[in-house]
Amino acid sequence: MKTLNDVKIGETTKIARLLGEGAVKRRIMDMGLTKGTEVTVRKVAPLGDPIEITVRGYELSIRKDEASKIEVA
Amino acid sequence: MSNIKIALAGNPNSGKTTLFNDLTGSDQYVGNWPGVTVEKKDGLLKGDKNVVVQDLPGIYSLSPYSLEEKVSRRFLVEENPDAILNIVDGTNIERNLYLSTQLAELGLPMVMAVNMMDVVKKNGDKIDFEKIAKALRCEVVGISALKGEGGIEAAKKAVEMAKRSVVERGPGKLPDVPHVFSGTVEHAIAHIEESIQGKVPERSIRWYAIKIFERDREIIKKLEIGVGEMKHIEEHIRDCEKELDDDAESIITNQRYEFIQGLMSKALTKSEIRKNKATLSDRIDRIVTNRILALPIFILSLCVMWWLAVADGGPGTILTDWANDGFLGDGWHLPFTTHEVDGKDYETASEEFAKAEATVKAWEAGEKKASVEDEETGEISEEWDIDEAAYNAAKEVEEPDPSQFGVWVPGIGALIGAALEKMGVSETVASLVNDGAWGGVATVLGFVPVIFVVFLFLAFLEDCGYMARVAFIMDRLFRKFGLSGKSFIPMIVGKGCGVPAVMAARTIENERDHRMTVILATFIPCGAKTVIIAMFAALFFREMWYVAPLMDVIGIAIIVMGGIALKKSKAFAGEAAPFVMELPAYHMPTITGIWRHTWIRLKGYILKAGLIIFPACVLLWFIMNFDFHFNLVGEDGIDKSMLATMGGWIAWLLAPLGFGTWQGAAASVSAEIAKEQATATLGLVAANMDGASTAAHVTNLFASFVPACVPDASKGSVAKLIAMSFMVFNLFIPPCMVAIAVTFREMGSKAWGWLAVGFQLFVGYTLAMSIYQLGMLAMGCGFGVWTAIAIIVDLFCLWAVFRPGRRAEG
Repeated sequence: MKTLNDVKIGETTKIARLLGEGAVKRRIMDMGLTKGTEVTVRKVAPLGDPIEITVRGYELSIRKDEASKIEVA
Repeated sequence: MSNIKIALAGNPNSGKTTLFNDLTGSDQYVGNWPGVTVEKKDGLLKGDKNVVVQDLPGIYSLSPYSLEEKVSRRFLVEENPDAILNIVDGTNIERNLYLSTQLAELGLPMVMAVNMMDVVKKNGDKIDFEKIAKALRCEVVGISALKGEGGIEAAKKAVEMAKRSVVERGPGKLPDVPHVFSGTVEHAIAHIEESIQGKVPERSIRWYAIKIFERDREIIKKLEIGVGEMKHIEEHIRDCEKELDDDAESIITNQRYEFIQGLMSKALTKSEIRKNKATLSDRIDRIVTNRILALPIFILSLCVMWWLAVADGGPGTILTDWANDGFLGDGWHLPFTTHEVDGKDYETASEEFAKAEATVKAWEAGEKKASVEDEETGEISEEWDIDEAAYNAAKEVEEPDPSQFGVWVPGIGALIGAALEKMGVSETVASLVNDGAWGGVATVLGFVPVIFVVFLFLAFLEDCGYMARVAFIMDRLFRKFGLSGKSFIPMIVGKGCGVPAVMAARTIENERDHRMTVILATFIPCGAKTVIIAMFAALFFREMWYVAPLMDVIGIAIIVMGGIALKKSKAFAGEAAPFVMELPAYHMPTITGIWRHTWIRLKGYILKAGLIIFPACVLLWFIMNFDFHFNLVGEDGIDKSMLATMGGWIAWLLAPLGFGTWQGAAASVSAEIAKEQATATLGLVAANMDGASTAAHVTNLFASFVPACVPDASKGSVAKLIAMSFMVFNLFIPPCMVAIAVTFREMGSKAWGWLAVGFQLFVGYTLAMSIYQLGMLAMGCGFGVWTAIAIIVDLFCLWAVFRPGRRAEG
């Protein structure tokens, strides 16, 4: 399954499923990354991690660790 | 009705702080929530002193995972505020409403203030307040906090609602709360509500029921729901989970967002023209976090701050010099009024006078050479031969009168001195007032300019939105040693002063990263420690140019290795915190906003420092000038003072470091009041040593520390080794008292505070001990018990850094 990490910069995709549990998963969902939400990957930080995405009309930064727990269509 | 409590709640970056400042003006109190380091602010509403506005931490949700969320939840359900004022960012309304749906379920009267309406309008978007109000069962008003529009009205509306709800709500009448979930979920929630009736405050029953549905451990524990009952509830939850093929927490979150999306499709009309156009913020961001440009821009911004605060010739330094020597000291010339007299400016004339004074003094003492010392290092900066002619000429030189060189404003120190002289008080009293009391106040105030500049710059970085990008850029690097991207700023600030560094760590939301940053930030040698380095570099390590920069390198090494070791320790173990961070849109901060931000922090520093340093300086003056029979001993008799006696008591503790004497102990103890005090105290305690200058006194003092068993040939090197040990000890043990006090406050509890100070003491002591013991070993001065201990402790440190980490940290 493709995760948010595999999405190229500039591409828009839809969230299929969230892996993991507990605080990290809840935090990701609280920030609006829920099933079916459209996400655009904007850029990667200069040192290669974290990444910047656009979700629900605002900019969010998440680490690649967390992005790998977000499966996309 | 008196004392209405309004809780101000909203997302981070929604303009909450600005609104809070607008609502309360200067009537606010900043502190910590009990036991934790999350900022707690409350204030009285402008124009209605019966209303207390309580600023809750900025949060995205009422989930039980982050400290801010827990604090806010507890306040909302336990402290019973009379109404909620929910601030919502109108330009980012979808995610902001997620919190609003949860707040509304609490059943408290709520007013939603949709902020940044000016931007929304400028963008051409339209928000239908009525539809939102109807859906979330609250009142909705538009405001613009930055412009100060609508905030007070929104708060007044909340007060009105609070008053009305008391009158209207009879017993058994439940508040109208929104229902945002699908049929199955609502069904389960209804069942849970039934089973917890009577256990929870009636009006918030729905909120509790939803939390139980989410299997919120904190709430389930608090309500003491029985095993049997929970089993029954659990059945309902499982049914839902099966039907919707997801876990309960996800179901709730998903459906909340679905509800909001549905609401937004009706209530928000986005301007067609703007939909696909990059905003100014996007364009700025494209440059600032560009893969190639990001780091140079970041370093440049640090250099700017560095220059502003502590660089030679920068505004911070100029202000500091003015504050210390001018405003608080002897006095200063009004700018643009100075002129030369006899072809010399005031400084040249003063220098000539100082030299003449030295000539007169030396000749009368029967010397053939005169010299002047550098103020900071005690080193001889100039030496010249004298004869009778020079003496006679020097006697004629008059002290220059500063008022002849321009408009002279006397400094407070000079004014106090003059006033004391006029009153004809004794020398002791004059010394107490001038050196003890005023010296203490002046030490605190002397640091204000640097701290002010640093705070001002930080407030700007935070308010414009760049701080989040700093974390974005630096995160990868700092995560490696257990810190976060935001830890970098405090460490840079720490080069100037440890106190604002520790305070700047506040911007780190994650509690663990915050605490680690507080513990480690003060290892960077601050401005005051630089004075110690300057003195030792000049006196002992003249041919070793690398010693001064080496101290910065050691500081950085301690941070890296200390971070790694702490991360692996029990105190900081546990699940890694998620780094999911909003990157707020850039915007131009307002001057009043930045000013308030800066002033609140600066006020905190002045109060804290004043309360600690002032009495400490008076005490230090007292124990330096008196012996235990309360006889005045004077400067020449410092070896009989209480300071000397007390130094003797703890001297043995420092013996393994090579300077276990009362002088070494006294200098180290007094350095805890303010680090640069170490050099001044060393000068005083060494005054009885041989030599013509303070520099010679101090050099001879360290030579006298060398153990007798050392052969004459290596005595010089061992003295240097002891000097190095002393310097390193004073640089890397806990910082000055003010920084320690701030550390205690920021760590949140006494236990954490002691842990921080204990760690710092361990690091400083171990470093100094290793330098002295292993240095002695390398010079062939024998292997003793302490050599063995030093090696064991060093091995322990290496193990703490390089042992495999716990799995949980990932």
